[in-house]
Amino acid sequence: MPSTREIRRRIRSVKNVGQITKAVQMVASSKMRRAQDRVYSSRPYSEQLITLLARLSSQAAGEEDLPLMRVRPAHNAAIVLLTPDRGLAGALSANVIRRAAALVNELHQETGNPNLGVRYIAVGRKGRDWVVRSGQRLLAEFTQLGDQPRLGDIRAIARTITDAFIAEQVDLVYLVYPKFVSTLSQVPTPLQLLPVRPPSEAEEEGPTPQYIYEPDAVTIFSELLPRYVETLIYQPYLETIASFYAAQLVAMKNATDNANDLAADLTLTYNKARQAAITTQILEVVAGAGG
Amino acid sequence: MSQRPTLHVTIVTAERTVYDGEAEMVNAPGSEGQLGILPRHAPLLTLLKVGELRVRHGGADEGFFIGGGFLEVNRNVVTVLADDAERASTIDESKAEEARRRAEAILAQRPEGMDEAAVAAELERAVGRLHVADLHRRRGGRAARPPSDQELGG
Repeated sequence: MPSTREIRRRIRSVKNVGQITKAVQMVASSKMRRAQDRVYSSRPYSEQLITLLARLSSQAAGEEDLPLMRVRPAHNAAIVLLTPDRGLAGALSANVIRRAAALVNELHQETGNPNLGVRYIAVGRKGRDWVVRSGQRLLAEFTQLGDQPRLGDIRAIARTITDAFIAEQVDLVYLVYPKFVSTLSQVPTPLQLLPVRPPSEAEEEGPTPQYIYEPDAVTIFSELLPRYVETLIYQPYLETIASFYAAQLVAMKNATDNANDLAADLTLTYNKARQAAITTQILEVVAGAGG
Repeated sequence: MSQRPTLHVTIVTAERTVYDGEAEMVNAPGSEGQLGILPRHAPLLTLLKVGELRVRHGGADEGFFIGGGFLEVNRNVVTVLADDAERASTIDESKAEEARRRAEAILAQRPEGMDEAAVAAELERAVGRLHVADLHRRRGGRAARPPSDQELGG
């Protein structure tokens, strides 16, 4: 049995770790709530944008020649990988990366092109590290954007993607991100960015109103498309942040619970060891007095 | 139903909702010119350019800076999808001034790999912000109220 002093040292270190994980857990909890608020407050814009785009896509039908909607034979694809910058969040990053790898296989089958070239655009350090470590091709990287990304940063990502698409460097662009379902569940989700597939109109009351267009429907439509791509990146980015803190919250709660269990076990062992030592001492004293 | 209809106005950006309320009239910087929108306006979809959007509510105008975007009118509902928007009363003029100077400096130096369109857009927004803040001040500072004859004359 280890000495009581050794056990005492271990108890102290386990309790220290527990305190740290507890602190990280509390911070994650409040940051998750703030990240969720950001997701909600950005929703009205994207919902309105999608409604408009759906209404207009029927008006602008026959204008499939817009650069961002052009469907070409797929030679090269790009995958935007949304991951957190930091760890201590359980298997979150690993799950996103695994989903991206599965997506590559799906794309090979869907496009019927086994030689499809895949390049990555890493948003977040965890994804970047994986792409570099596994020797894959990195088209661009965006890290340290923070919890509250500036729209300018998101626009830079969107520009990189649309420029590469228009220059025909890539023919397909997907995005994979951890969708925030609840604190306990974050689902890695793929999403097609380019070519843009305009959302279809949900059942709405009444027909599409007869708009007056200024300047004209096609111009407005082509102005809406890049914004649509931006929201398709912005919303998932915000959800990635929320998912990260949720996953961290759960991981740290488990760690704290484990630390507490371990500390309880060690305390028991410590008490037993102490008692054994006392008993031995008493026996020795009694034996000495008797002799 | 003798009650006069009003407009319901929402101004949203990708980040947040800037305004959500009733109005008697909206004045917007349309891409083809300044637009005045009253209740019962025909359905309209237009591009917006950088400029000031005014919402008249309770007889008083409130100014907003709009950094371009879209405006939709449909059944007395006005929806503004703005690339950038801010209440005139909350504009930080020193920050806008600094952004203007920075953009001008970049345009003057023309460094390698400069994205001229982006910098020019940045400059336009900064100038627009300052202009809207200036209009707001002239209209009588913090409280949103209609301009007096004197102010209009000056």
